[in-house]
Parts: sequence; structure tokens; C-alpha cells
Amino acid sequence: MTIEQAQQEVVDEFALFSDWQDRYEHLIGLGKDLPLIAPAHKTEDNLVRGCQSRVWLHAKQENNLVHFTADSDAMITKGIVALLVRVYNDRPPQEILSASTAFIDRIGLREHLSPNRANGLSAMLDQMKRYALAYSPRP
Amino acid sequence: MRTKAAPVARPYDVEEVRAQFPILKELVHGRPLVYFDNAATSQKPRRVIKAESAYYATINANVHRGVHTLSTKATEAQEAARETVRKHIHAEHAREVVFTSGTTAGINLAASSLGQLLLQPGDEVVISGMEHHSNIVPWQLACERHGATLKAIPITDTGEWDLKKAPFSDRTRILAIGHVSNTLGTINPVKKLIAEAKKRGITTVVDGAQALAHLAVDVQALGCDLYAFSGHKAYGPTGIGVLYGREGLLDRMPPWQGGGEMIDTVTLEKSTWARLPFKFEAGTPNIAGIIGLGEAIRWMEDYDKTAMAQHEQALLEHATQGLLAIDGLRILGTAKEKVGVASFVIDGVHHYDLGVLLDQQGIAVRTGHHCTQPLMDRFGVSGTTRASFACFNTIAEVDAMVAAVKKGVKMLR
Repeated sequence: MTIEQAQQEVVDEFALFSDWQDRYEHLIGLGKDLPLIAPAHKTEDNLVRGCQSRVWLHAKQENNLVHFTADSDAMITKGIVALLVRVYNDRPPQEILSASTAFIDRIGLREHLSPNRANGLSAMLDQMKRYALAYSPRP
Repeated sequence: MRTKAAPVARPYDVEEVRAQFPILKELVHGRPLVYFDNAATSQKPRRVIKAESAYYATINANVHRGVHTLSTKATEAQEAARETVRKHIHAEHAREVVFTSGTTAGINLAASSLGQLLLQPGDEVVISGMEHHSNIVPWQLACERHGATLKAIPITDTGEWDLKKAPFSDRTRILAIGHVSNTLGTINPVKKLIAEAKKRGITTVVDGAQALAHLAVDVQALGCDLYAFSGHKAYGPTGIGVLYGREGLLDRMPPWQGGGEMIDTVTLEKSTWARLPFKFEAGTPNIAGIIGLGEAIRWMEDYDKTAMAQHEQALLEHATQGLLAIDGLRILGTAKEKVGVASFVIDGVHHYDLGVLLDQQGIAVRTGHHCTQPLMDRFGVSGTTRASFACFNTIAEVDAMVAAVKKGVKMLR
């Protein structure tokens, strides 16, 4: 499955929910299911600081793919973290770098990626792309 | 023959007040907006919006310079607003009213200029542990620059100053304190502390950002040397504020920013300063904002301040009761004297999550540390959810918020 297909899957999944409450309950549930980051990786260095909620992001390279684990102290943030990890995890660096984040708009959660710095998600996305860049094969 | 009826004080009619705020008709996520973020910025009545746009539409010109008609009219309108502010805060002279871009600019002016005038190495500045970052950081900068030390009055469990532990010493030169806490709503006993400071010859600065919309502010009765506030938290425009200063002190304070308007004569070697208040008003002022601020104050003055305050107290009491019935909810700031601010934490619920879920239900509250990180540390929390009320809010809106909090908590637990 490509990133684009994984994104479409998320969009289809969220299309099942007609009201905000179902959408957010699903998101909160996704956060609960997120495989926790290893405590050893929940460090100050891996902290993506938002003004209100905090996000931890760890990345490593395995078989030329970028492997992400992440966590957040707020549940809604964690739900979106789970979506981002699901879509970008174990992909080649080039694919991560060229992917768009429009799927977040399409599931009605655009406000969470706004650059108002409150939740750290926009910074997390930047950080994921920075890891992908660092792991890109040298020309 | 008709007899003249005695004037009857109008009862407070919140629906009549609401009708003057166009934004209250907006929908958020398809629901009627419930705006409880007034401590961040209040909404604006139509009169204020109209006054600003009328300035641009009819008399826009630079002030104090032109001899042409528009410039004269703009200058008159600006100076009329200054007089409105003077009367409202009961300053002795209009020249004691300095227009700034807001409370932050006012305190930076105060800290920079007073620092230069008063601070020597080893001196001390006293603030309190509940100050907004705007009344902490400028003093840290001034202290660093002059080798002085910043000390803070500790905060009690109810969110009040622990005055027995006020860290005054014979090296204290400046006291800089908030009139009302933005995070807790506590109305601080500023008058009492200023009297104490005065006895010790300490210069006093008050951050009045949260006070103007809710309390009758009388700078002479308070006895402070400087008092800063913003227009936008008191039904006025953003980008405009006031630093009141006692004339004798303003005369001695060096200017903060240089530029046009603030000078008397300029040569390439040396400049001399304009008279008060212009010495502190470098550059073209926010003329539209000043006119809007004047209109906001006149608008507030059309109402009985006591009735307005009673209405806000009723909202606070109703909210406090409703919120405290929620399992695991704790209110931060339980002082007897409070403005309409309910700041709370809930066991097992992150404030960010709650803020998002309230927004989905059309309710605007503020979540986070509210620019008071030292206060959050004092209470051992990373942030709170804060509902802050204004004169246009209703009991029904409070009920809607309490119901929405309950729904949010249920979703998150």
C-alpha cells in the first residue's frame, strides 16, 4: 500500500461518521490503540513541544524504510499522531518527503494542523519529514 | 401639565446588551457561539466598530502635524478620547495618559524607562507569583540590564497574595503587580500593597489589563505611580492601550522609543523631548484605535457599573456551582474577591482535549497556561481550562458550557 492509498483508507474510514461526536470518539479510540513509544525514547530530545499538548516522536531506519513511534499527553492529539504514524510509518524516505497532508483536511481535522502551535502536530509533521530527509539515500 | 419623571435606573437587560454585539450572531461548527474567552479579548459592540470605521471614512489624517481641516479633526478626536480615558480612570491630567499599543507595551515602557531611572546593581524589583508573562519578562530584562534582582510575592492555596511573605527590603525600588489575575480572576488588594510600598519609597506599577472591563478603576484612589491597560479586553479595539503615569514621575522618566512626535528639537548631535504625554508617543499613533477606545469607554459608562458587575458575579456563581458538580473537577482560584473567571482542571482530562471538544459544541474557552507558567508551577498543573465572562454572557450560556464539559469528560474518560 502506498502513502496515498493509506490516506484514502483513512478518508474512507472517517466518511462513516456523520457527526462530530462519532468522529472524535473514533479519533480518541485510535489514540488509545497507538502502540506506545518505548519509555527509553520518551526523552527531552524526542519531545516536539506544543504550547499545550506535547508530542514525542522517535524514528529509526530499518531496511531503507523509516520507522516511527510516537505518543502525546493529550488524547485527541494522540489520535492524530496515530493517524500520521499509520500513514507515514515504514515508508521509503522519498515517499514521505513527497506526500501531501491534504487527507487531514478531508477528514475535517485541518484545525489541528494549523500553525497556532497549540498541540505540536504541525511541528511533529515537520519533524517526520526532517527524519525522512536525514535518512534519504545520498546522491 | 406634564410632570417630569424622576430618572429611574434601568435594570440590567442582558438581551439588550447582547443585541449590540454583531459577532454573537455567528455560528461555530453550526452552533450558536458561546464566547467565554473574554479575559483573552472581549467582543466589540457595534458602536466601537462604527467609530473606528467612521474615522477612516471621514476624518483620516495624521495628528498634531497638519494645518489642514482633516488633521485638525483627527487631532481633536484623538485628544477627546484621551480626555475620556482621563475621566474614566480619574487621572488628574490628560497629559498623564500615554497611548501605547497595549498593556505589554505599557509595561515594557515602564520597565525600560524606570529601570534606567531607578535601578542600580543590587537593587530589587518585586512582582507577584501570579503575574502574566507580560508583567514578568520586561522586569527580568530590566533587572538583567542593571544588575538588579527580581523577587516575587508567594501565592496562597486560594490564589491570593501571601502578603506576610512580601519580599520587600531596603533595596526594593519597584513594585509591579497585577490588579486582577487573568488566570484565576482574583481581585488583588492593590491599594493596600501600594500604600505599604509608598511608605518604603518604592515606585509602583499596576498591570490593569484584566481590571478595566470589570472594575471601576481610580488611579488616584489606588495611589499607584503607573497603571497599564489594553483597550481590547474592555470592549475596545486591539492594538491600543494606555499607560497612565503620575506627572511628577513621567517628567523624570527617560523616553523609551525615539522618533517623530516625541521630540521638541533635533540636531545631529542632540535632541530635546516633547512635553507630556508626547515624549512617550513616538511615531504616528494608532489614531483609529484611540478613537475606538474612547468609544468603548463611553459605551461602558452608559451602563451602571454595579449592575454590570452583579450580572457577571451571578454568571460566576452559577458556573462555579455547575462545574463543581462534575466528578474530579477542581477550580483554581477560590478567593472571595474575583471577577468572572472560572479556571479548572479535571482528573484524567487534558485541557487541550477538553478545549477541542468544547469548541466542537460552539463554546470558546481558553486552555493552557494562560501566559502564567510560574503560577501553573505553583499549583502543580501544566494548564487549565478557563471560562471568562463578560457583560453580554447569559446564564443559559453557562448551562450550555457545563453540559458541554460533562459531554466532553464522558468522551475522554
